[in-house]
Amino acid sequence: MYLYDAFDRTLVAERVAEFRDQVARRLSGELTEEEFKPLRLMNGVYLQLHAYMLRTAIPYGTLSSAQLRMLAAVARKYDRGYGHFTTRQNIQYHWIKLAELPDAMADLASVGMHGMQTSGNCVRNITTDQWAGVAPDEIEDPRIFAELIRQHVTLHPEFSFMPRKFKIAVGTATNDRAALRIHDLALRLYRNGAGETGFEVMVGGGLGRTPFLAKTIKPFLQKRDVLSYVEAILRTYNQFGRRDNIYKARVKILVHELGPEAFAKEVDAEWRSIKDGNLALDAAAVAEIAGRFRYPDYEKLDDNPRELAAARRADRGFDAWMGNCVANHKLPGYAIVTASLKPEGGTPGDATATQMDAIADLADRTSFGEIRVGHEQNLVLPHVAQRDLVALWRELDAVGIAVPNVNLVSDIISCPGLDYCSLANARSIPIAQEITRRFHNLDLQRDLGRLHVNISGCINACGHHHVGHIGILGVDKNGEEFYQITLGGKADQNATLGTLIGPAVPYAEVADVVEDIAAAYLELRQRPDELFIDTVKRTGVEPFRERVYAAR
Amino acid sequence: MPLVESGRIVEDRYRRVVDDAPIPERVPIIVPASRFLADADELIRRDGSLGVLWPNDRRVAELAPWLGHLALIALDFPKFRDGRAYSQARQLRETYGFAGTLRATGDVLRDQFHFLVRAGFDSFAVKKPADAAVFAESVARYSVSYQPSADGRVPALRRRVRAAESGKTV
Repeated sequence: MYLYDAFDRTLVAERVAEFRDQVARRLSGELTEEEFKPLRLMNGVYLQLHAYMLRTAIPYGTLSSAQLRMLAAVARKYDRGYGHFTTRQNIQYHWIKLAELPDAMADLASVGMHGMQTSGNCVRNITTDQWAGVAPDEIEDPRIFAELIRQHVTLHPEFSFMPRKFKIAVGTATNDRAALRIHDLALRLYRNGAGETGFEVMVGGGLGRTPFLAKTIKPFLQKRDVLSYVEAILRTYNQFGRRDNIYKARVKILVHELGPEAFAKEVDAEWRSIKDGNLALDAAAVAEIAGRFRYPDYEKLDDNPRELAAARRADRGFDAWMGNCVANHKLPGYAIVTASLKPEGGTPGDATATQMDAIADLADRTSFGEIRVGHEQNLVLPHVAQRDLVALWRELDAVGIAVPNVNLVSDIISCPGLDYCSLANARSIPIAQEITRRFHNLDLQRDLGRLHVNISGCINACGHHHVGHIGILGVDKNGEEFYQITLGGKADQNATLGTLIGPAVPYAEVADVVEDIAAAYLELRQRPDELFIDTVKRTGVEPFRERVYAAR
Repeated sequence: MPLVESGRIVEDRYRRVVDDAPIPERVPIIVPASRFLADADELIRRDGSLGVLWPNDRRVAELAPWLGHLALIALDFPKFRDGRAYSQARQLRETYGFAGTLRATGDVLRDQFHFLVRAGFDSFAVKKPADAAVFAESVARYSVSYQPSADGRVPALRRRVRAAESGKTV
């Protein structure tokens, strides 16, 4: 956990005071909606179909149990008893009243939380690996640099009115769990041939109506230069990014139109003028931030305690959960546990206040009071002693969050879609719900293996459909909801955009199509362990297209 | 459109000269960028303070040779959402060391004051009189800053490192 100090607390409190004043001016009519809009957006407040929506930042997806309890309390007091965890590791409340927003924000501020820069044309919440600090394949904790960048860009006087939003991700592990290449800016820490650690800098990724994977513009950046280089990128984008067309305003278009080399040259020229100035990071500055992260006081434990193996043999349900929801921790005797927020028939990423309170209590008892939010919209208990796993499983099961479907076909990423969002063309949630019902048989899900279904209700792609193994995009055809299907996308270290398989299909047929695709895969795979994504890569989309459209 | 300088509403000493209008003698003037670049040699020899209105889609590097002769540069916010001039201001102050007056013009509203001051502006042609009246309290809204900028505020990180070195905690 990063511990807030007096600076952090003062800033958040001053932000709440400012927003209270802005809301008062809006309610009195002193501010027009047009003038109020960018102000509320910079605090994560959207006006949706039915009500205001408040998006609260969860920097790099790390939460304390006290913060999660406060998220539950806000859900109860100001919303309808639940919240929605998003693909940016944030939480959204969909039923907030404008007049109550300042109070909700003050409650959140009491545990160091806020909605700053969760919307608007500024740098958004910095995301990273939800297993940061505990993953066996990581070089060092990515949250140190995520926090350095978060602080640097918070209320940045130069970059609060950029052409469009700007999303940054930081990754430091061999396996990319942060979807680096679909970000405006991604920093990947690695060790070079000389044994030094530094960052590969990638710019211009993003989904939406013109999807691009980020291009590497600097193969190796020294750690000392991270802030100055980020500053140079943002300054280049702020000055030259397009402002004439909202759909061409993201940095990916600038990188594409200039070409990555010319963009990199522009950035480099700017960077050289500032790199040795007051943004250069010395060891003391990095150590200062690193020192504010508190790590658990782990015990010295052995891997695979005897009672764990016995419990797995004794209970098939527990064994299935262990095989699916529990991952290796970097320390022996500990484990990383994922709590699936994707029950059959549920809304992906939704958690009730009761569930949030239960997870907060379990985190206190079994995970040193810490919880993570993953971009796949599940929650993670990152420091569980293996001897506690059986008891934890029973308690998670009691509140309905022990479904062993992580990374399986029903672990769907979905945006809120037309049920809530004023931008959407089509519904996402009922599509996800129907798919989970069709595949309710867990044995079938396990047979299908790793299979990511991502659903977006419009071209803005909040549900990351381009990088789903099966991507589903809602479109509007003469007032009716239709869905385009793509196959073969992925967001890991070998990120790929999916390929469209054919004409869009109507709402009522989407789940049938997913079943057809799954059936085609079972016939096409060469071996039971050839993953869906690998079959698609080997065969291309053609055999799937034939299967889906033969009967349509 | 009230003008705010040094935290107070003041009279504008400068006269705006439109494209082809004759240049008045001795009084402080602000000329458009195109006029300035066309007649720069002549304008800088003239008696009286010289300012230029610089558009936000033109590199401020073009102004570098003339900065010593300019008393004021006005940077434009055609819409308050269009934040290009923040970058121009910081470059003028921090990269080129411009020490004259930096004026924000256009869609300049209350909720930008804090950012404008931090980016190096010290003169504000404010759009609404009500906003100009609360300039001082708006700017004072944030007492801490995370990042260094053109206003010379010491950012939180440096203050923490210093405090740690002197054995104090924050």
